[in-house]
Amino acid sequence: MDPQLLAADTGLGSLAGGDLLEITALSLFISGLATAFSLLLGLPFGTWLALSRFRSRGLTLAFVNTGMALPPVVVGLFVAMMLWRSGPLGDLGLMYTPTAMVIAEVIIATPVMIGLTVAALGQLDPRLRLQLLGLGASRWQMVVWLWRESRLPLLAALMAAFGSVISEVGAAMMVGGNIRHETRVLTTAIVLETSKGAFGAAIALGVVLLFLAFLVNAVLTWAQQRGPRG
Amino acid sequence: MGMVGGGTAPGAGAATGAGLLDVRDLVVVRGARPVLTIERLEVREGETLSVVGPNGAGKSTLLLAVARLLPWQTGEVRFRGTPLSRANELAYRRRIGMVMSDPLLLSTSVFANVAAGLRFRGTPGREVRERVGEWLERLRVGHLTDRPARQISSGEAQRVSLARALVLEPDLLLLDEPFASVDVAVRAQLLDDLEALLATTAVTCIVVTHDLDEAVRLGDRMAVLVESRLGQCDEPERVLASPIDEKVAAFVGVETRVPGRITALHDGLVVVEAAGAMIEAVPPADPAGVYAPSRHVLCCLRPEDVTILAGPTARAGGSTLDSSSQPRSSARNRVGGPITRLVPEGPLVRVSVGGPFPISALITRLSAEEMGLAEGLSVVATFKASAVHLIPRTG
Repeated sequence: MDPQLLAADTGLGSLAGGDLLEITALSLFISGLATAFSLLLGLPFGTWLALSRFRSRGLTLAFVNTGMALPPVVVGLFVAMMLWRSGPLGDLGLMYTPTAMVIAEVIIATPVMIGLTVAALGQLDPRLRLQLLGLGASRWQMVVWLWRESRLPLLAALMAAFGSVISEVGAAMMVGGNIRHETRVLTTAIVLETSKGAFGAAIALGVVLLFLAFLVNAVLTWAQQRGPRG
Repeated sequence: MGMVGGGTAPGAGAATGAGLLDVRDLVVVRGARPVLTIERLEVREGETLSVVGPNGAGKSTLLLAVARLLPWQTGEVRFRGTPLSRANELAYRRRIGMVMSDPLLLSTSVFANVAAGLRFRGTPGREVRERVGEWLERLRVGHLTDRPARQISSGEAQRVSLARALVLEPDLLLLDEPFASVDVAVRAQLLDDLEALLATTAVTCIVVTHDLDEAVRLGDRMAVLVESRLGQCDEPERVLASPIDEKVAAFVGVETRVPGRITALHDGLVVVEAAGAMIEAVPPADPAGVYAPSRHVLCCLRPEDVTILAGPTARAGGSTLDSSSQPRSSARNRVGGPITRLVPEGPLVRVSVGGPFPISALITRLSAEEMGLAEGLSVVATFKASAVHLIPRTG
């Protein structure tokens, strides 16, 4: 079926079927990449924070917890100021690119990953670390086993991080600009269609967004629940 | 610095009785407070050292420090002559096995739990399977191999935890209250099995417990920790019979502890005046002349060494020596007074007698019934001079 015809038939207005696939793919790509980076940054840092005892640990945790509630639009503003042509990183030419969106969303998702990693490891019996080391584990082997032991809450942390970026619109709009075929993602497209009064298209995009979030979380939930529950 | 416990390390492969672990001037501080101070403690190759003491005495702290899982502020721990350090702690920990009071099993199968330590060491898979299978059978949990570890009973879990440590064939086995999480029946069975395993494997072992009976039964030597310090370390029988100070005496069940002053020496006996009564005691070998007249001592007496006399003569009796109004006995000491408390303890009864000083006796329930003992009844407590242990004390 012709994409334009599909869009007209389904009340998607000016939104073409090809655009829908492109927007969905870009949403998934940006959110997936941002989540992956937040995992790479947040899991080690969160683990270090959970297992370490130092003087300013409480303050650091307070910053992380504040970071979990960072308003995306403020993150967007900060990243935009950095990447703006006259900003410190303006020469990189990243403003209004998917890369800028990934940067902003990593900043949003990483505190979530760190905070929930600290909470996940904090639930373990503190003597488990000593027991593992007492069995001859190296520091790295101990950390890997602690991750295994807290795999359920760690996957929940990953889901929360993904959820925080797939659903945000403020930062994506500010640093991406909602440029068609370039930086338009599901959330920014919903805002656009709503502002045009194309509520049918906005609702359809919303359904796609919900389905996407459900699909990813279903996969992670399946991964979370499998294996020996012990 | 050489690798800890390596084949060429000093003392490696030494015969039973050589020093395996040597703790010197160890001080562990938590916050600003010292929680453990050990001047010197040696663990010999092949022996079981039981570490006993009241709650908060620093027993588990000692074990964690020895496992190098807890930093210490001063002092050192030597393993086969090599001081432990950050550089060799992993190699050292791969020569020990550790069991904690809770099994702390991982959320995986029983097999994977027992295999964990071997896998940390990079042991080949076939050898892992053989050794894990063997030790699960030896601990009588072979039938649980594929079960999720979190679905087994607490007794089974502690057996798996023991298998997890013993499968490593460690040079030093560290057990921290290994029976604390199991009920009495399981505890008795586990204790039997552990005793047999320690005997057959001849592994050097430090076992921490707050249970004195357990410590006496398992230990070739027994270290008593009191108030974060090592009070005494000796063969269990010697610690029980000759505690070194009042705190150790109190912990090892010496219930009657009376301060007194030596008034005379005669016929190889020491006469001590304590709370107005005279107590005769056989002094230990005394080359330094500690047990001389006018010296202050603490008279210690275990309740099982005290006999109770009841009846008309006892009711008339007082706190005297050689009282002609009482039955003749080889026991040199007699102390009269009313019963202040009777506490049944299984087949036994603990009898507290007032008088010039409180004295405690442990007698059978049958004897107590036959004598018609009751609170307020006047009785005479007798004990032999050889049952009195004297501890020198200052003024």
